[in-house]
Amino acid sequence: MSVRPTRSSYYEELRQRGYSRRDFMKFCATITAYLGLESSGVGQVVRALETKSRIPVIWLHFQECTCCSESFIRSSHPIVADILLDKLSLDYTETLMAASGHQAEKCMRDTMEKYKGEYVLCIEGSVPTEAEGVYCMIGGRTSFDILKEAAAGAKAVIAWGSCASNGCVQSAKPNPTGATPIHKLLKGTTVIKVPGCPPIGEVMAGVLVHLITFGTIPELDGVGRPKAFYSKRVHDTCYRRPFYDAGLFVERFDDENAKKGYCLYKVGCKGPLTYNACGVMKWNNGTSFPIQSGHGCFGCSEEGYWDAGGLYLRAQPFPGFGIESDADKIGTAAAIATGVGIAAHAVMTNVRKSRLIDNLVSEGKESEKEL
Amino acid sequence: MSTHKLRRVFVWELPVRIYHWVNALAIVVLCVTGYFIGKPPAMMFGGEAHERYLFGWIRFIHFVSAYIFLFNFVFRIYWGFVGNKYADWKNFIPTNRRYFKEMWHVLKIDILLMKGKEHLSVGHNALAGFTYFMMFLMFLVQIITGFGLYAAMSQSWIAGMFAWAPYLFGGDIILRQVHHITMWLFILFAIIHVYLVFYHDYVEGRGEVSSMAGGWKFIEEEVFEDTHHEKTSA
Repeated sequence: MSVRPTRSSYYEELRQRGYSRRDFMKFCATITAYLGLESSGVGQVVRALETKSRIPVIWLHFQECTCCSESFIRSSHPIVADILLDKLSLDYTETLMAASGHQAEKCMRDTMEKYKGEYVLCIEGSVPTEAEGVYCMIGGRTSFDILKEAAAGAKAVIAWGSCASNGCVQSAKPNPTGATPIHKLLKGTTVIKVPGCPPIGEVMAGVLVHLITFGTIPELDGVGRPKAFYSKRVHDTCYRRPFYDAGLFVERFDDENAKKGYCLYKVGCKGPLTYNACGVMKWNNGTSFPIQSGHGCFGCSEEGYWDAGGLYLRAQPFPGFGIESDADKIGTAAAIATGVGIAAHAVMTNVRKSRLIDNLVSEGKESEKEL
Repeated sequence: MSTHKLRRVFVWELPVRIYHWVNALAIVVLCVTGYFIGKPPAMMFGGEAHERYLFGWIRFIHFVSAYIFLFNFVFRIYWGFVGNKYADWKNFIPTNRRYFKEMWHVLKIDILLMKGKEHLSVGHNALAGFTYFMMFLMFLVQIITGFGLYAAMSQSWIAGMFAWAPYLFGGDIILRQVHHITMWLFILFAIIHVYLVFYHDYVEGRGEVSSMAGGWKFIEEEVFEDTHHEKTSA
């Protein structure tokens, strides 16, 4: 893709591609709902997409598996892919651009210069910092180098997925490449984190539409995730919640309770600890999500979920005590040790303080006799 | 062998005793319900989920007890500034060298059972006081992690005050882990605490066990005279 000299509005581009006004309105209504805006917000989204020219986007791929891109191009509404991927003018993205080699690198540089302060920088993947960053080099430059340069002129920085937001699997212990999430490298820059492995396509689209419509970054929570999508736990919107409240749990993946569709809490579901919109938006055109297909959530959008241990364990192993050690096992062992210690202390007290105790006893007995 | 005349000392005021037992009850309830929340028992049930709310009730009791525990703790901190000398905050936080010396002395005599002059204190001894201070910090950890986990499912501003906790600890997963292991510290504390109460009653015979009911301890007349002298001459 090359830098387009003239920039038409999203609506114009869509009409040229053969979408009807009705398709466009349906899309606006859908995405408004995703954004959690009230119905009057539809007008705002429509007006923005009608009038605003396309935002140039630089989409960088570092240490990642491209599952975020995959998720994004499978957003349920066809316009999402068309408008945001094709028409959003992805001026540079390794996966989908036509150009390659020096041409591609030139494209990126052109966009960064021409649209300085206007383009949106999307980052998929973490950045390795060990060995001066040689573990991820593109066009002969380290990813950290490219990131710093691209972020300097960006209007907004989005960290797609758990890699860019939290480091994901490559930053799990012992993290040999020093994989580092984006916000730790861009100190002082607001990074919109969209964690998940991958994040839901509609959530990604929603974040971009918010940027286009309002020209501002969406409201973020304490760690930088958009509140519209990450303020609730998977647990809070889970359709199996009544089984949880009733105390009805799957004990094993192949038991009768699993067939009945009981709550997956005891087979390690991290829904109660995971902030994401899976229970509401679901995946693949709203078809399903892990819990619906009988598999517990393992918290892919949570920080450090690999190191937390036991993707299928309710009680996680305790760091430093081995894989079999959960808090209860350590606690029970400590309680037994304490009990043994107390028993020994009690015996020793009778030995070491026998005179003191004897005096008390005989004093008491004497008074008893005298009465 | 000598017989002692005992003198009655009012040690634990009524608010301190109420605090103690509310706290003890809350901790027992929190630990039991908390253990079930962490490891729910397997149960056979033929009916429909809507027919019961067992786990919901367990959690509800846990949350109610947590509020009671929190406000009780806040009250105790307040009482540390207005209560009698045995309830004063200075019993818990070392402010001078004598405090450290006494801690060392108690450790030698009562924990390591070394020979030496018996340490007889009326309220908390220094080691106990400092242990309670550590315990208060443990309370704080448990309140922050617990209400931090609870904030996401609560509309209450009290829980909302702890909404930053997941961000500080790096997510709910680790928060839950800390909350769970701290529960075991409570259990260990309770075991040792109860044992040492009986220990003191056994070797000192001053009514340590009953003091948290009536508020009284009984000290030997000569100990009273000595302490009284020290104070008036100092």
